[in-house]
Amino acid sequence: MRNAPSNPGLPARDGLYDPANERDACGVGFVVHMRGEKSHAIVRSGLEILVNLAHRGACGCDPLTGDGAGILTQIPHEFFAAVARGLGFELPAAGDYAIGTIFLPPNYEEGQFCRQQLERFIAAEGQQLLGWREVAIDNGHIGETAREVEPCIRQVLIARGKGTPREMFEWKLYVIRKQLEGVVANSGLLHRKYCYVPSLSSRIIVYKGLMLPDQVERFYGDLADERFTSALALVHQRYSTNTFPTWDLAQPFRYLAHNGEINTLRGNVNWMHARRSMLASEKYGADLKKILPVCTPEASDSAIFDNVLEMLVVTGRSLPQAMSMLIPEPWAGHESMSDEKKAYYEYQACLTEPWDGPASMAFTDGISIGAVLDRNGLRPSRYWVTKRGMVVMASEAGVLDIPPGEIESKGRLRPGRMFLVDTSQGRIIGDSEIKSGFASRRPYRQWLNENQVTLADLPLPLGEGRGEGGSVNGDSRHKSNGRADDSLRRLQRAFGYTLEDLRIIMAPMATDGYEPVGSMGNDAPLAVLSDRPQLLYNYFKQLFAQVTNPPLDAIREEIVTSLITTIGSEGNLLEETPEQCRLLRLEQPILTNAELAKIKALDRPGLKSRTLSILFPRAEGPAGMQRRMQALREEASRAMAEGVTLLILSDRGVNAESAPIPALLAASGVHHHLIREETRTRCGLIVETADAREVQHFALLTGYGAGAVNPYLAFDTLGQMQAEGYLPADVPLEKLQKNYVKAVGKGLLKVMSKMGISTQQSYRGAQIFEAIGLNSEFIDEYFTWTASRIEGVGIETIAEESLRWHESAYPRADVPRNLGLDVGGQYQWRRKGEAHMFNPEVVAKLQHATRINSVADFKKYCELIDKQERQLLTLRGLLEFKPGRPIPLGEVEEAKHIVKRFATGAMSYGSISKEAHETLAIAMNRIGGKSNTGEGGEDPARYTADPNGDRRSSAIKQVASGRFGVTSEYLVSAEELQIKMAQGAKPGEGGQLPGHKVDKEIARIRHSTPGVGLISPPPHHDIYSIEDLAQLIHDLKNANRQARVSVKLVAEVGVGTVAAGVSKGKSDVVLISGHDGGTGASPFTSIKHAGIPWELGLAETHQVLVKNNLRSRIVVQTDGQLRTPRDIAIAAMLGAEEWGIATAALVTLGCIMMRKCHLNTCPVGVATQDLELRKKFAGKPEYAVNFFFLIAEGLREIMASLGFRTVDEMVGRVDLLDTRKAIGHWKARGLDFSALLKKPEARPGVKTYCCEAQDHGIQNSLDVTTLLRACEPAIERREPVKLDLPIRNVNRTVGTILSSEITRRHGRDGLPEDTIQLNFRGTAGQSLLAFGVPGVTVRVEGDVNDYCGKGLSGGKVIVYPPRESSFKPEENIIAGNVVLYGATSGEVYLRGIAGERFCVRNSGAKAVVEGVGDHGCEYMTGGEAVILGETGRNFAAGMSGGVAYVLDEHGRFATLVNMEMVDLEDLSNADDQRAVLELVRKHVEYTGSTRGRHVLDHWPQIISKFVKVMPRDYKRALAELKKANEEAASRGVPVGELQEVANG
Amino acid sequence: MGDVRGFMQFGRKHHDNEPIADRLKHYNEFMKILPVAELQEQGARCMDCGVPFCHTGCPLGNIIPDFNDLAYRGQWRDALDRLHATNNFPEFTGRVCPAPCEAACVLGINEDPVAIKEIEMSIADRGFDEGWIEAEPPAVRTGKRVAVVGSGPAGLAAAQQLNRAGHLVTVFERSDRPGGLLMYGIPDFKLEKSRVWRRIKQIEAEGVEFRCNANVGVNVQVAELREQYDAILLAGGSTQARDLPIPGRDLKGVHFAMEFLPQQNKRNQGDTIPGDVSLAATGKHVIVIGGGDTGSDCTGTSNRQQAASVTQFELLPTPPDLGHFPRRDQRPDHTPWPYWTMMLRTSSSHEEGCDRHWSVLTKEFRGDDEGNVQSLVTVTIEWYKDDSGRQSFREVEGTTREWPCQLALLAMGFLGPEKRGAIEELGLELDPRGNVKCNAEYMSSVEGVFAAGDLRRGQSLVVWAIHEGREAARSVDKYLMGVTHLPSAGAGDFAWR
Repeated sequence: MRNAPSNPGLPARDGLYDPANERDACGVGFVVHMRGEKSHAIVRSGLEILVNLAHRGACGCDPLTGDGAGILTQIPHEFFAAVARGLGFELPAAGDYAIGTIFLPPNYEEGQFCRQQLERFIAAEGQQLLGWREVAIDNGHIGETAREVEPCIRQVLIARGKGTPREMFEWKLYVIRKQLEGVVANSGLLHRKYCYVPSLSSRIIVYKGLMLPDQVERFYGDLADERFTSALALVHQRYSTNTFPTWDLAQPFRYLAHNGEINTLRGNVNWMHARRSMLASEKYGADLKKILPVCTPEASDSAIFDNVLEMLVVTGRSLPQAMSMLIPEPWAGHESMSDEKKAYYEYQACLTEPWDGPASMAFTDGISIGAVLDRNGLRPSRYWVTKRGMVVMASEAGVLDIPPGEIESKGRLRPGRMFLVDTSQGRIIGDSEIKSGFASRRPYRQWLNENQVTLADLPLPLGEGRGEGGSVNGDSRHKSNGRADDSLRRLQRAFGYTLEDLRIIMAPMATDGYEPVGSMGNDAPLAVLSDRPQLLYNYFKQLFAQVTNPPLDAIREEIVTSLITTIGSEGNLLEETPEQCRLLRLEQPILTNAELAKIKALDRPGLKSRTLSILFPRAEGPAGMQRRMQALREEASRAMAEGVTLLILSDRGVNAESAPIPALLAASGVHHHLIREETRTRCGLIVETADAREVQHFALLTGYGAGAVNPYLAFDTLGQMQAEGYLPADVPLEKLQKNYVKAVGKGLLKVMSKMGISTQQSYRGAQIFEAIGLNSEFIDEYFTWTASRIEGVGIETIAEESLRWHESAYPRADVPRNLGLDVGGQYQWRRKGEAHMFNPEVVAKLQHATRINSVADFKKYCELIDKQERQLLTLRGLLEFKPGRPIPLGEVEEAKHIVKRFATGAMSYGSISKEAHETLAIAMNRIGGKSNTGEGGEDPARYTADPNGDRRSSAIKQVASGRFGVTSEYLVSAEELQIKMAQGAKPGEGGQLPGHKVDKEIARIRHSTPGVGLISPPPHHDIYSIEDLAQLIHDLKNANRQARVSVKLVAEVGVGTVAAGVSKGKSDVVLISGHDGGTGASPFTSIKHAGIPWELGLAETHQVLVKNNLRSRIVVQTDGQLRTPRDIAIAAMLGAEEWGIATAALVTLGCIMMRKCHLNTCPVGVATQDLELRKKFAGKPEYAVNFFFLIAEGLREIMASLGFRTVDEMVGRVDLLDTRKAIGHWKARGLDFSALLKKPEARPGVKTYCCEAQDHGIQNSLDVTTLLRACEPAIERREPVKLDLPIRNVNRTVGTILSSEITRRHGRDGLPEDTIQLNFRGTAGQSLLAFGVPGVTVRVEGDVNDYCGKGLSGGKVIVYPPRESSFKPEENIIAGNVVLYGATSGEVYLRGIAGERFCVRNSGAKAVVEGVGDHGCEYMTGGEAVILGETGRNFAAGMSGGVAYVLDEHGRFATLVNMEMVDLEDLSNADDQRAVLELVRKHVEYTGSTRGRHVLDHWPQIISKFVKVMPRDYKRALAELKKANEEAASRGVPVGELQEVANG
Repeated sequence: MGDVRGFMQFGRKHHDNEPIADRLKHYNEFMKILPVAELQEQGARCMDCGVPFCHTGCPLGNIIPDFNDLAYRGQWRDALDRLHATNNFPEFTGRVCPAPCEAACVLGINEDPVAIKEIEMSIADRGFDEGWIEAEPPAVRTGKRVAVVGSGPAGLAAAQQLNRAGHLVTVFERSDRPGGLLMYGIPDFKLEKSRVWRRIKQIEAEGVEFRCNANVGVNVQVAELREQYDAILLAGGSTQARDLPIPGRDLKGVHFAMEFLPQQNKRNQGDTIPGDVSLAATGKHVIVIGGGDTGSDCTGTSNRQQAASVTQFELLPTPPDLGHFPRRDQRPDHTPWPYWTMMLRTSSSHEEGCDRHWSVLTKEFRGDDEGNVQSLVTVTIEWYKDDSGRQSFREVEGTTREWPCQLALLAMGFLGPEKRGAIEELGLELDPRGNVKCNAEYMSSVEGVFAAGDLRRGQSLVVWAIHEGREAARSVDKYLMGVTHLPSAGAGDFAWR
């Protein structure tokens, strides 16, 4: 007997750790025989795929414990027949029995209990238990961690009951399993978490567990048995963000294996819950109750998706159809989709919202097997078809060694498309065939026409104005005497409008149709710490995607987004009837007054509205609000009982007696009430409110369930603003209001896309927010399931805040009058407004102290900041040090060592001036700290030291999504390489450097064009999941083995989990940034409302890392408005051994927080590129040096008082922190920091600060084992080297170390062309020749995976199919996604088709390819791409430079181009013709391309078929440059100097 | 806001003055106001700072960037409202405030600061010109009565605020005309009295009662006030002048500045000063002792009275001459940007003719046989830090000098309120500097008696007086009603309980 085992699975919530935040990603693959021929070879191949995907998984602290792996196959009848005979019984015919693989508690009694329960349900459901089987296992080689919680694994054999028809057998099995799950979950078993059913089916069987891929086969002896045959095998290799042992989360699940993440999970689960009362079926009758809950509580996103898919399939939908409902294609704006198919999707959207997020899902029911890709194609999936009828699909090419001659074709999954192999039909069924199959089954279009209603269909009730917005009583105009109308002002005050809302937020929205942009970070307090009343909206922080899934670019990739929603009463998910689409369809969720009037007048069957007031009597005080909430919910229930399907919550009618409930509280409160009543899907929720005005408000209202919002006061305010001259007088008000609505829509898309969500329909109710400062009673009641971790205020205080605003609008005796609006002070400091950490006094004192290096003045400055008794501006303000055991100051580590732990923030040269950037770098280099390039590259001139010894090169070189100036030389010159996953001021978003800041020098360094704005995409296009990040870390480590790699994250709930994944991904450093960090330009919505304070993120990170035993191998750094020694001490004690200070450092150099960085008008020369203004820069390195030493000395004093000799001792010592009592503060007094101050238990002897190095596994790379040695003559002596070698998909990042060594010795010019020629055969792994340099040529005869030529810096890649291949190269895929991402120079020739995002952000490389997927040449800023074949959709999105030439033989190309930034031209220009000809000639020469040959042979005729894609700005810049060159030539200036500028 | 590049396009400009020779011929203001277009350009120079340092410079918390922008865009009405929201009397501060806001202006780091004061004055003047400034009587009366003692800027601001809160306010002024320093301290050439009257009329029209020649504690009984009013607010100013007790102080022709200046203001309003008390500088060598604003006012008045010469002494050493708008790197370390700079300042009165001397200690007045002052004797001093680090001075040997002088004006500052009368009778506690001691809510040691302005904080600027009046009014309102909705410079505009 083993000792009583510990429980498996994720630990319970503890401190800031919450298992709900766990994430995973993986490699997935399948192999199938098309005609269904079963063989053991298929099983073997499946296992082989698994092993070849090993690098996509991870292992934790215990190198032998993987994150999980498994295989799903058909039931091998022969094998089990023999097994059964061995057990003494005969199996029925195949299909008439089922096998379940069951994980049971190892404890005998508990195991018995579970078995008995299962047997009981088998009998109860009329099935027949055949027997139990002990599964043969060998656990000798699996990891210790895995073994500790290994379940007892049994198989159960069940014969189909006599009364059960065949088609009901799977249903019965499902009902049995669901009941078992329910009974065990509710049992008191100590080890109930062990009990889990990997599979229970008459068709398929699953073997999986907490192991590494190569352990699966040995562990499960069955799999090695020759009789174990199957026609298909689905395999999965998991990479999880934790090291907790979880056997059940290994995949495949019962129907699928998933690579990716469901971002909208919370909403999907809520909606599924709400739908359950609507589930009904004659066929399944009372059984339906037994399957509840459909979604397993607390399971992973993939497992829950599997739950829902399973429910849809067992209740009668085909697997592909169920899949298409849950992961639909982006149909709304599709230019070429058939109407029939659109109608199908539109109808399905009435039944269920999409499950949104990056996904490559492979699924099977044991007969057909297929895969689907999310709408944006964010996961890689490649497939091969062999001449013998085998189909292999996997996350990568090359996972099975198949002789090239046997390959029939090679393909990839395309965004939103499905791929299915039906073994019963013996063929592959393409996407269009599958979908037209179910799209034509019913007259969906007719159903929609007859039932679905749009706003345009509805009549406008009499007496309603036709204006876009309309006005309250039409009195928004001016009174005489030039003074604004009073009643509107009152309403504005009652709802907390401020001058800033009008001037800073609403005016730009109405004028330009865009969200307003600001700069620098947020240094105002959290809502709960603010002394002023705050809107409830301000207590919520937007969540965003980082690492485990990618954010989207809602602007450039608009094609996948949609704001369309339907509202009304949903039907029974299990049926399809015309009535189910009797819903109101909205193009976007913002309603004008006229539109709302139409809805209010609705009264027809199935569409009936009622308005409920959300006002409460002021006289009742705060309690009145709570009473009204209660009554409101009852009214809502009653209305629905009376057949109302559209509930309108309205705060119209506020006056001196009636105050409003915050609309968000009303909406979410009713929403959750109806979810609990299981009636939520029977009605739509509309909010008519005065308080919503900015994007965050609309995002929250829809995120907590509202289907539509009418912001009537915002509309009226626009009218008033126009009358007052804040808005242009010459634009019709209707147009301004339209712009405003447009801006809100764009803003919503942006907020959604931060989380990687592309449709409003699935964002609705998805609750992508974290609350800060709301207590759990309040959250549980009104915002159920929202994370809120430090408690805070409840409904009384929320009511109090509402009443304070109300009182300021309707004061006693009308005193004072004509006060106007409140000043606000959120965005700019105002004396009467919100408090800021950086107020005039603080800035002045800091600048003065650091200029004259005065300890006394610095202390005064610190007092100003740290004096938190009166103003609690930060969470750390509420912490205080417990008395320690003081030591003499002399015993504390010296300041000169401490200062080395400081870094400055990532501020790019471009966002700040050359002067400021270099001054900061010099200062940091002087003290041995680290400055950061930011994402703008670095001038190579800075790599050489100044005559006085100062170095202007930044120690940290950032690698951000734009990859500007990221060359081999840049990487080699770094001490640290920082991957910026997110930025505090705008997590989940890309950046934009406006054209007016891109001068010649910046353009040169960023490899772009002067005057042309630069876009950084929201995601890194080589990081869509955690295993991708591990790959980039690996790439960068290859590009510079001496540099440490760091990953920058932004604090949000779950960041600790991500950090654990980052540590497992071998990052040397993880940086946790607070939400309040600075920015050169961000939307205000993001600056204010995304992310959380670093205190929470850091504490969570430290806790989770320690818990996972991952802390000691990673440095934890933090930043975000750190300013004083006290801040640093608290940061250290919460878990950070290094710290970043950016804003304060910039302030010492003269920044006075103008917040004008985005306008290029910084009057002190810090954040501007204007030549005149730059002259005003007056900062000196000494100031920053003084600052960091003053901080370090201050820190030493704190250390001495607490008894710490070294910083290392101090890390994570939360036990010496206490919460200051905030009793006096009307809001902060409810805060509870116990989770924040939780000290995680470290294993004995394990350090809780970084003291070990990561093992990057570089020593096994092909470069180290083979290439470096073989290429030595070239590296050392520039002699030619030629090698012929095999290559496999596991050989990743080949040629990168080699390139880095060449750069080290020969600089950026590398070696002469073709000095090193590496000729490979096979399938190259990811990131082939990443950051490859001149002189290195790589040929691959075979194919290549994703990220080929990433960051190419002058190298050359040539890929062509093997000579033996018989397929047509130009029709088959040869390269994966994201080829040439961020390349700056070099060449790539691909004889075949490449995947999505070919040449994304290329800024100088040249490429020839024979076809590309979606989003080709996205964000390109330079270089040339010749595409001799078809392209996917959204070509040239965000393309601001470079040229693409596309051979458009079918004349379809124009419809596939995103025309926002480019023009299409013909090839009449001789220069263009020469350019194309030359590249195609080389292509033919290098690859033997027949396609290229054809072009050359028919050149004169084919010229006209070429389309030149030319970015407009680029064209203008080139023309200007040409003119400048001509002028320069006439003055005798060498042209080369100017030419360099245009190397884009 | 405004023109984001305005500060790069336009230079600082402010009003021109009449030529000295012309303006010395009269007592009126002598500014030549900027044309509107140029004013708007000046508004465009405001950079709409993320952290507007000008705010800290301004005690009232004027929302300077906002009204600059409104001026730039010609939204004068809104600009006026914005100004009035924080400042009852922008036309006064727009003229007589030394503008610490401009010293703190961000543009002032490396350029001439924004002409904030000029813009403020123009907005206010425009408001009167357009007739926008009307009486705003309260909608509802509370039935509470408040006595405000003193009608200087603090008293007036408090009275107006309290009245707007619905209380019945009576202002007691011991002088014959209301306005305090505004009426009798500041010469007309800096602030014409019609402007003061205009405001007083407005306040009166709003329902405030003014009682002049009503000296509380002298001809108005304190007990009466206590009885008839629910609260008393003392705003009598800091009127006790610092004296110079040296030989010859009793000579005729040696006077406090505040004996001299009001006379001229009265004359300008048509009063006749009896010959026995009338003071005039005409034809005399005038020496003004004290280098501050009052001294400067004496200078300007003396020159207009055609003094033979005007000389001004200051005990402190010559401050550094940094020009008009020193840049950040030119300012002394002990008064860095954005604080008020210690520097040599030359007023328009100084420009009109004045011999200024620093580090001068007056030792003795010498008179003729009739007891008229004829000269005074000075010695030069040098400043040093004593052992305890305090600034101290000693006389420089051999520097004794005698100056001809027929009129010596003492303008050496004020030592707090006069204690006799109301303060003594009410038995108010004083602070160590002799001012009325109050709690944070402006209430004195006696329940229901409040204090504001120089009487509470010591001599200061008009802008501080207005600030005190507003804040004290808010406290009084809260005291009377339990809650106040009156605005405050610091805490914002929410109800205060």
